[in-house]
Amino acid sequence: MDGIYFDNNATTRVDDAVVAAMLPFFTEQFGNPSSMHSFGNKVGLALKKARMQVQELLGAEHDSEIIFTSCGTESDSTAILSALKANPERKEIITTTIEHPAVLALCEHLEKEGYKVHYLKVDNKGRLDLDEYAKLLTPQVAVVSVMWANNETGTLFPVERMAEMAHAAGIPFHTDAVQAVGKVPIDLKNSKIDMLSLSGHKLHAPKGVGVLYLRRGVRFRPLLRGGHQERGRRAGTENATSIIGLGLACEQAMQHMEYENTEVKRLRDKLEAGILAQVPRAFATGDVGNRLPNTSNIAFEFIEGEAILLLLNKFGIAASSGSACTSGSLEPSHVMRAMGIPYTAAHGTIRFSLSRYSTEAEVDRVIQVVPEIVAQLRKLSPYWGETGPAEEPDKAFAPVYA
Amino acid sequence: MWDYSDKVKEHFFSPRNSGVLEGANAVGDVGSINCGDALRLMLKVDSETESIQDARFQTFGCGSAIASSSALTEIIKGMSLDEALKVSNQDIADYLDGLPPEKMHCSVMGREALQAAVANYRGEEWKDDHEEGALVCKCFAIDAILIEETVRANNLSSVEDVINYTKAGGGCSSCHENIEEILTKVMAERGETFNPHAVVLKEEEKPSKMTNLQRIKRIETILESIRPQLQRDHGDIELVDVDGKTIYVNMIGACSGCQMEAVTLQGIQAKLIEDLGEFVKVVPSSAGSYARAACHV
Repeated sequence: MDGIYFDNNATTRVDDAVVAAMLPFFTEQFGNPSSMHSFGNKVGLALKKARMQVQELLGAEHDSEIIFTSCGTESDSTAILSALKANPERKEIITTTIEHPAVLALCEHLEKEGYKVHYLKVDNKGRLDLDEYAKLLTPQVAVVSVMWANNETGTLFPVERMAEMAHAAGIPFHTDAVQAVGKVPIDLKNSKIDMLSLSGHKLHAPKGVGVLYLRRGVRFRPLLRGGHQERGRRAGTENATSIIGLGLACEQAMQHMEYENTEVKRLRDKLEAGILAQVPRAFATGDVGNRLPNTSNIAFEFIEGEAILLLLNKFGIAASSGSACTSGSLEPSHVMRAMGIPYTAAHGTIRFSLSRYSTEAEVDRVIQVVPEIVAQLRKLSPYWGETGPAEEPDKAFAPVYA
Repeated sequence: MWDYSDKVKEHFFSPRNSGVLEGANAVGDVGSINCGDALRLMLKVDSETESIQDARFQTFGCGSAIASSSALTEIIKGMSLDEALKVSNQDIADYLDGLPPEKMHCSVMGREALQAAVANYRGEEWKDDHEEGALVCKCFAIDAILIEETVRANNLSSVEDVINYTKAGGGCSSCHENIEEILTKVMAERGETFNPHAVVLKEEEKPSKMTNLQRIKRIETILESIRPQLQRDHGDIELVDVDGKTIYVNMIGACSGCQMEAVTLQGIQAKLIEDLGEFVKVVPSSAGSYARAACHV
């Protein structure tokens, strides 16, 4: 399919070699890895290899610290609920206001069940206040769960530092690293991170497979009980083909780590600078000096994100938006709101997320198209005058709010 | 991505009547910046005839907000103010060949802008009469505030009540957890505890006072009242049989095999439940399916 795919934080293309590595395991080596016969044995060996490939990318000390799951969300739920079950007398959780719904919605649900959840706030660049965090690290806390990189802005959190602080206070630390794995170097054996979630489809493996890293010795209670798969820590027949695909994808991510942090980063920077140079009243959100190399989130004031996406789509360009309308909810992105981005800009945020498949020509094309689209929509906007924002937009347009 | 109709896309990509209208004498500004929509409707009204000679709009909003604004201006041009006031949000949605349930508020905003503009022309003050909440029931586009207010006003205490009063939850039933949460909250306000197991059987136990013949005739009358809507979409419905609480129907024409068939049937079922005052189930007749299959051979 032709088109420019700049939505790699949503999901990625499965690498051709990954697909090729998976195919024999559908029809030729289809055995159950738990079986005694050779049909199963070969699959078991392939899973072992995949486990080591994941271990390598994460810098984990032991391959038995890798637990395969069905997705990032399952890994997050397993990690947090395990920590709560393992420490039943502790009734508090620390997380942040800008986590992915996989963590936030679970925490909100746990609040209804009587847990006290501390949501760390962020500043206007999406950064945490570690002093506030330090004060919350008390013996009542069962688990800390903080994302490694934010999916919308790409802003990186100092999770290694935060894990050390939690460790010193005797609190297990979990990180949702779904966006970070494969894009930034990770070395878990030299960290105090106890649990980490990753998702295959964010790094060119298929959808429907994830990993929970569980440091050896961390007390654990499974989410799914049943067979002995994953050493009894995650029952259910292994998604063998996808796990094998994920293994190779991790090996490839390792090989492309430098490319990701040089060439992909250069293209991202060119894209962002190119757009901001041409479009007035637009700005990059998040902590731009400390973020994923592939992500740029730009707020276009006085226009709405879904309208921008529809027009981009007309030009064959795929991106995503923090606008309320793209999700069917009433509020714009909780990440933008947490950073205090005003509504008129928060609704107009567009996230471009590149990958190692992105090209210079694609970046040039998007730089060319975006200013036209923004101008076209601003012409329709009651907040925009002839050449710039209506003077004192609040007074020029003061609707009766529904 | 939203499943927008071609008409919505067309009005979004090439909006009619956008921009500032010089000499406008009726201006309505409405919006909900939280939800990312704001609309200014500008009209030029003939002071003799009160007819709308020209209409233009400016919109900050998503694709369907812009398309709804464009559609609104097309609909009302040439109308008298009184005629224009009769334009409902459903008319705007119909003009665009429908809007996704999450997007119906865009058409509501169009109607409100119109009311605001007319009030502005007549020197009246227009007040928005509703607040909008998070969408709960996606099948029938019903939001949390409407459910909350209905539960409060009618002392409702079960999900079944909510379905009967608002239709919310009467479709795919995925939102029942959310409805239970609303019930828990509102019932707590009046000092009660929500009990999910207190099944309300009143309606089912109450025997129908009509004779069989009266009841079937009543069902036919109700279907008759729905028929024009279906026919407008080039479909139709026919009553096949009534067996106790199960009503067998045949979906005909565009309705048969339509992706929305299940939703349509749910809507018809809700209407029948409402009008008959008893719980009934609407089932597509299998005989009908066979007949259809035979036609295709």
